[in-house]
Amino acid sequence: MPSHDVMPNMDLYQPAVLEDALAIADRLGDRGWLVGGGQDTYGWLKDRAKTTDALIDLSGIESLRGIRQDGDTLEIGAMTTLTEVAENPLVREQFSLLAEASAIVASPQIRNIGTIGGNVSQDVRCWYYRRGLSCYRAGGNLCYADTPEGMNREHALFEGSRCVAAGASDTAPALVALNASMVIRNSGGEREVSAEDFFVGPALDILNTTVLRPGDVLTAIRLPADWRGASFHFEKVADRNVWDFSLVSIAAAFRLNGDSISEASIVCGAVQTTPRRLRNVENALRGMSKGMATAEAVSPMAAAGARALAHNGFKIPLMQNLVKRAIAA
Amino acid sequence: MSMHIGYDFIPPDVPGKVTGEIKYAEDYRAEGMVFARLLTSPLPAGRVLNIDASEARRMDGVVGVFTAADLPPVAPPANPALASDYITYVGQPILAVAATSEEIAETAIGRIRVEYERRPFVVDPLESLSPGGATAYPEGNALVRTREEGPDGTPVVGAQIQDIKWPREAIDAMREGREPMGAEFTNEWSFGDIETGFAEAAAIVEEPFVTIGYPHHSLESRTCMAYWENGKCYFHGSSQSQSANNAGLARMLNIDLADLVFINEATGGGFGSKIGPYPYMAITGEFSRQLNRPVQLRITREQEFYIGSARSGIQGWIKLGVKEDGKVSAVDLIIVNDGGMTGGGSGNSSAQHVTVAYQPESMRFRHISVYTNTTPRGAQRGPGQNEMSAILGPITDKAAKAVGVDRVEFRKINALTSDGFQGGSQGPVTSAFVREAIDQGERMFHWRERSAQPRGDGGKVRGLGVGIGYHGAGGRGYDGLLRMDGDGILHIHSGVGNLGTYSYAATCRVAAEVMQMPWDRCQIHRGRSDRHLPHSSGQGGSNTVFTHSRANWVAGEDMIAKMKQIAAADLGGGAEDYEIGGERVFLRDDPDTGLGYAECARRAMALGGAFSGQEYPEDINPLTQLAVRGLAGTGLIGVARDNIPGVGQPPGVVVGFIEIELDKDTGKYDILDYAAVADCGTVVHPKNFDNAMRGGAVWGVGLAALERHVYDPQNGLPANVGLYQSKPPTILDVPVDTGAAAVNIPDPQNPAGGRGIGEPTQGAACAALAAAISDALDGHLFNSAPITTDMIVNHLAGNSYSTQSLKTNTF
Repeated sequence: MPSHDVMPNMDLYQPAVLEDALAIADRLGDRGWLVGGGQDTYGWLKDRAKTTDALIDLSGIESLRGIRQDGDTLEIGAMTTLTEVAENPLVREQFSLLAEASAIVASPQIRNIGTIGGNVSQDVRCWYYRRGLSCYRAGGNLCYADTPEGMNREHALFEGSRCVAAGASDTAPALVALNASMVIRNSGGEREVSAEDFFVGPALDILNTTVLRPGDVLTAIRLPADWRGASFHFEKVADRNVWDFSLVSIAAAFRLNGDSISEASIVCGAVQTTPRRLRNVENALRGMSKGMATAEAVSPMAAAGARALAHNGFKIPLMQNLVKRAIAA
Repeated sequence: MSMHIGYDFIPPDVPGKVTGEIKYAEDYRAEGMVFARLLTSPLPAGRVLNIDASEARRMDGVVGVFTAADLPPVAPPANPALASDYITYVGQPILAVAATSEEIAETAIGRIRVEYERRPFVVDPLESLSPGGATAYPEGNALVRTREEGPDGTPVVGAQIQDIKWPREAIDAMREGREPMGAEFTNEWSFGDIETGFAEAAAIVEEPFVTIGYPHHSLESRTCMAYWENGKCYFHGSSQSQSANNAGLARMLNIDLADLVFINEATGGGFGSKIGPYPYMAITGEFSRQLNRPVQLRITREQEFYIGSARSGIQGWIKLGVKEDGKVSAVDLIIVNDGGMTGGGSGNSSAQHVTVAYQPESMRFRHISVYTNTTPRGAQRGPGQNEMSAILGPITDKAAKAVGVDRVEFRKINALTSDGFQGGSQGPVTSAFVREAIDQGERMFHWRERSAQPRGDGGKVRGLGVGIGYHGAGGRGYDGLLRMDGDGILHIHSGVGNLGTYSYAATCRVAAEVMQMPWDRCQIHRGRSDRHLPHSSGQGGSNTVFTHSRANWVAGEDMIAKMKQIAAADLGGGAEDYEIGGERVFLRDDPDTGLGYAECARRAMALGGAFSGQEYPEDINPLTQLAVRGLAGTGLIGVARDNIPGVGQPPGVVVGFIEIELDKDTGKYDILDYAAVADCGTVVHPKNFDNAMRGGAVWGVGLAALERHVYDPQNGLPANVGLYQSKPPTILDVPVDTGAAAVNIPDPQNPAGGRGIGEPTQGAACAALAAAISDALDGHLFNSAPITTDMIVNHLAGNSYSTQSLKTNTF
């Protein structure tokens, strides 16, 4: 069984400038593995559940770090640590939703090392998949979790398509709620993808959780002014209060006109592979007053279309309750 | 007036732990050492057909491959160090590879081809008991004690694995929470007349329950290193105990006791899983002997999950009869233990806990422990008692409510007293002051005032809970060994392990107390057996404080007696005319006439014989005899076996009080406050006591709310092999500060007054927390440990929650 607990033999590249990283990533293609803080990577490799010929360590590239105001846009370098994001005055002042989400990822130790780029690029948390079993997502032809006896308490309620793994990122729902965009570079140039399109579910691509492909480097995350200074609500429910993944999380942003909601952006985490944007709830809220009465009326819609597995049915009321609290808060 | 007992001090290994200088087994290196790693089974059940290690053996740096064929055969159900004919769980070690680096060893493991034969497997004990259900071993699913008449008429007691099946109706009843009529058990006992007891009851409470086992996950994995010199094995191991390892490990390696040096300076946790030598020690020792090189076998975090033992799970049913006045008149208890591949269920200890919690007038207990294809099970902090405690907390409240008795009063009515009993044999206890502990805790926690407070509005509700933890807390008959050197330094030789509780040091203080020695003139010798360490108990079962304060006490008395004899011979009078004080032995009527301790020691060396260890008592253990012989001639020796008269089990009891605030939207709760009071005799080392109380409470939160085994019944794979997946509580899951106090009434059967307290600290907290969750939810019983977030959310949403089918290992 995978309990090696030592790194396998492989090459290690430590480029100091982005151009070198891009060239190496381009040359190696799918034989290379980009690593930021390594908090997801090292487990895969030490367990030998995944292997690579070479690691491309991005931690020496200074241009990928830091948080900059660029006109109306706040740009966060992909290698900025989660602690830096959580504590940054610009983020806290303009997008406290993201600061809150970043501040509750994993544990202080992991946030000090883990990067926001890594947090959004991490793989799904399905224990079968992470054991190295040959499931659909690993290139095989079955799913161990979506069965009557599967141990699927933490798995997805929505958009399962051969794979029912849930996404694990706490910052991803916040970024989707904030209409963030992801800046991706490769040897051919730069492209910008909306956060909502950045994350991909199994129906679209069962082997990947994002649009990143070999040769691509996520260099930055841009936050437009759309939701700057809005009324925010972030909440994560996990079994433990630290060092745990979300059972369900919610990231919500509201624009208010008096006490009525003119616009809302509400996204749930850990209920499907990608952050789940609750457009039906958002639409229903438009023009409604923000408070408990509206919350109780609208929140049941949050779980519309959910398909509970044998052990994750609790996520449905939990999701509805979190939506209710976001609206009522 | 005590000099040392009841006062804080800094155990000598603490600075090394703070600075990182202290060494654990994995930190040691020896010249020429090679690194061994394990290949473990991907199957839950089967056998090895063939091992092809030829490619690995050809690799540069690989020095050997070690398989089950290199060890003496082990018949099932014994837990083999390496499996071959009987693979019984995923992760079971199959072979070890040694190489000049860990990386080479791991690469080599990847090049070994093992051909397996699969066998049917089972992860649920009730499934195994079902008609047609799979069994963990081909021979069956339960260990049955046999008793036959031998040729000379004497009974021959044995044990064998048998396949026990229950009628389908019994399985269905058990799953549905009813008494399983027609079920077969392997252990039954009773006392009193339960039919009368239930007939006299004003209320009857009948509940099914499930507790899920979970791994120990000792922070220090059980890495070992061994080398051989001139026929002696030097073995660095990770153990809770010190001397308790020697005899078993020497037998395992087939060497004389004198040819083993067992070294264990510090231990990063064991929690019951490292009390004595474990099978995998044989791999390190024998592989090293085979290769004639030092071998370190490093156990990974994941492997520690596999081989590091786990608490047994329970599927159970209980029926309580309670009289109008709150006295428990009858208990009927059924426990089906999930024994994993070792079959080690703790059902009897669970039943023992019930006897202590209720002191019932009558009780029947029926039990079976079923093998499953899951990790080895063994003792884990209050094995049996603590998981039962978590279940009893809310059920006790329901019983109290049923007869209209306040729940704290109910516990006082049924509390263990010094005249009370424990266990199915209704054995006596040395002393018990549980009512006093409840009274003290009630006041300390302001229980009455808190109970009178409003419980909160819609979104968040408060819950209050009280719980009792219990464990036997002491043993007898072990040895103490002291040496006074010519400079008047008292050398305290301790065979007690350093499992992190510092009880080794606290019990050494008792020797200083008896000798009336200042602590800075005492030196503890421990950590490796060639430091001449006496026979000691294993550091499990909360026994050490009671057991070894007595042993050190009698050794001190022996030393004092010898000093008095020396003084009388030199200065006149009889030994009985002398007393000690100020590091001198002197004539009671003429204090200026006497000898200093240093002078006594020098005289002892000159006199020889028993004074300086050339002779020793016949009743001390062979290991202590070895130690005394090693010290002979180097000072005045005090050595004795603890023969202090007395009967009964010393009980350790903790009563915990907790308040939570539960969020009805999320199922999460904050623990607002926790306070506990111990009945553990005299508190020997206050700081240590405080640490035990708080640490145990943290783990109680784990038992009640978070930790559990999760196995996939489809393929026998465990889901939570890592620390984060097993979810032991973190600092943010428990209150920053908790209250801890003791009744502090000395136990009459220990001259030092103390009893142990390690295990019940967890039991009290988990019972109190489970009761508080139930209290916050208007008395709803989950009858489960742990009670996880999803269960609470499902209950509040009106969903059936996943433990309704009462299965261990799955959720």
